[in-house]
Amino acid sequence: MENVQWWASETFWRKTAIWVTGISLIVLFLLTFDTLQKISAGSQRVPAYSVINYRIDYQFDQQRNVQVPVTGIKEPLFGKELSDAEAEALVKLGKLTTQAKNCMNCHTLLGNGAYYAPDLTKAWLDPYWGDKGVREELMLAFIKDPSDKLHNNIGRRMPKLNITDEEARGVVAFLKWMSSIDTNGFPYNFKSIQQEN
Amino acid sequence: MATTIGKLDSANLNGGQKLAVKYFTVALVLFGAQVLFGLMAGLQYLKPDLFYGVLDFSVNRMVHINAMVVWMLYGFLGSVYWLLEEESQHEVVGLKLGNLIFWVLTAAVTVVVLVYLFVQVGPGKESSLWLINEGREYIEAPRWADIGIVVSVLVVFFNVAATFSKGRYTGIAGVLVLDMLALFGIYLAGMFYTTNISIDQYWWWWVIHLWVEATWEVMVACIMAYGLMKVLGVSRRIVETWLYIEVALMFGSGILGLGHHYFWIGTPEYWFSIGGFFSALEPIPLVAMVVHAVFDAGARHAKNSNHPTMAWLIAHAFGNFFGAGVWGFMHTLPQINLYTHGTQWSASHGHLAFFGAYATIIIAMFYLAVQRWRGGAWMADGLPGNGWKWKWSLTLLNLGMVGMTVSMLVSGYVQSQIERAIGGSTWEGYFMAQAHHWFAQGMWWREVFGVMFAVGFVLLVWDLLTIGKGETRAMQAASSEK
Repeated sequence: MENVQWWASETFWRKTAIWVTGISLIVLFLLTFDTLQKISAGSQRVPAYSVINYRIDYQFDQQRNVQVPVTGIKEPLFGKELSDAEAEALVKLGKLTTQAKNCMNCHTLLGNGAYYAPDLTKAWLDPYWGDKGVREELMLAFIKDPSDKLHNNIGRRMPKLNITDEEARGVVAFLKWMSSIDTNGFPYNFKSIQQEN
Repeated sequence: MATTIGKLDSANLNGGQKLAVKYFTVALVLFGAQVLFGLMAGLQYLKPDLFYGVLDFSVNRMVHINAMVVWMLYGFLGSVYWLLEEESQHEVVGLKLGNLIFWVLTAAVTVVVLVYLFVQVGPGKESSLWLINEGREYIEAPRWADIGIVVSVLVVFFNVAATFSKGRYTGIAGVLVLDMLALFGIYLAGMFYTTNISIDQYWWWWVIHLWVEATWEVMVACIMAYGLMKVLGVSRRIVETWLYIEVALMFGSGILGLGHHYFWIGTPEYWFSIGGFFSALEPIPLVAMVVHAVFDAGARHAKNSNHPTMAWLIAHAFGNFFGAGVWGFMHTLPQINLYTHGTQWSASHGHLAFFGAYATIIIAMFYLAVQRWRGGAWMADGLPGNGWKWKWSLTLLNLGMVGMTVSMLVSGYVQSQIERAIGGSTWEGYFMAQAHHWFAQGMWWREVFGVMFAVGFVLLVWDLLTIGKGETRAMQAASSEK
């Protein structure tokens, strides 16, 4: 024991382990405190739920060199402007529905989940919906019963999950709100649905 | 004891070990469920109409990953109960309560799985999250089960902490107790609902990352320390010094390495530097573990008392390094992760990492347990049939897993290029990649290797049930056990 160098001693490494862990945890707590403020609903990076009353776009930002969501002119979801509380209630219904229907075990949301179906981060802006004028109706119909709709040419289909009309509206509201979150340019190179008037 | 060599007799086990083998048994059953549902989900990539509307991909995939989380936790709890009395040199405090909790927990797991399979989804209300499934990957278990899990692990924690406090409080004990406290505490971060998906994902990663890239790693480092003392006879001073080194490196890189999950979920840009830097350091402790295990084995000319356990410990050291370390490092920096995040790359990494880091070492503990259960039967060289069953299952499981991992990586290359880089992750881009023949080939090979893995699993079960049966030779204990 007496010949053990300091760098091979048990005590030295025990103390190091305690200090390293402690410092890392303190830094993580401080960063968490800061981050939670910066991603609360209504912050610059994560808009308030009432953002669903506006047009959302995903445009290239020269300064940051990535695509960022841009909130545009007033364009209420389903043609009806909602108060802050109503908007939050609708997005909440949508988020609860995505959890209760287990969406994440096929899809990814913000890139997290399973890989059997497309990423939903910018689903609201997806050119798959064709024309902006019919997007909302197409999304509602698809979510309620996707089993007989065209998906792809490899035969993969989303099952019918008994989603009610109100729940489907909530899901669309949730998807619209999620597309307004600043995700540092993820997904990269996304080509949005045509938005010009 | 010597009279029952070769017979499966619970008189050969101490109190904690009797409970441990119960946990191990359920773990093995759930491991089987994981393999089965994985095969089904993999097959749905190839035959999308299979079980459509009955057992959809989402259900199979949920059972696949939940069975994994639970069998690994059962493996850890079993391992802790296994070493508890030897390590503390004291009987388990509150063992009756521990036994009761095992049955409660197992009943709860059964109910959760049955609800997953037969109820599957609910209406968009909080009650669905409380009763059916929370819809959050890996921690789908409904809230009632969450609460049950917390109560159960509190009891386990009491068993462990109280036993060590009354008995011998070793270095391994100190690390284990604090690690379990952190491991169980972190679970609370996943037990609430929020509409804000950025905050949802922020805390979700606390559970997922701080489990698998921090507290689980330290848990297996403790098991490794114990295992090396048992089968090789490495001295306590050496394994405990290594354990502290590993804790320092693991927590030093892993805690802030959490930042590599905060690139794209709405969180601020400073996580690019923090997450990129610290997660790039995460392979270092895994290298240390390889050096530690291989050096100690070499220093003793690999002379050990349990060949299957030793082989699986070495498989763990390398599997952890390649699966968690190399495969994780490959796509951890934001410059590449932008294209690989949420593709088959993640699946490839997930498979090799969970298997290499965790499945392997729990299998090593299974063999250690079965040896003692059979009265300390001989399990070194010269087993009947030259030990072909354990050798073949080791080979098939590892080759099957490496094959699946590489297949998914190939599909991941195609997906990140075609869907992510070129197609911009639109619906069309996604399916363009999924339909690409290179992607499809990867999915076919994954299924083929999955079948290989399943055969290895069947052999493993067969071997665990039969190894040492009718053996008359007693094991030669490694020196540190004497």
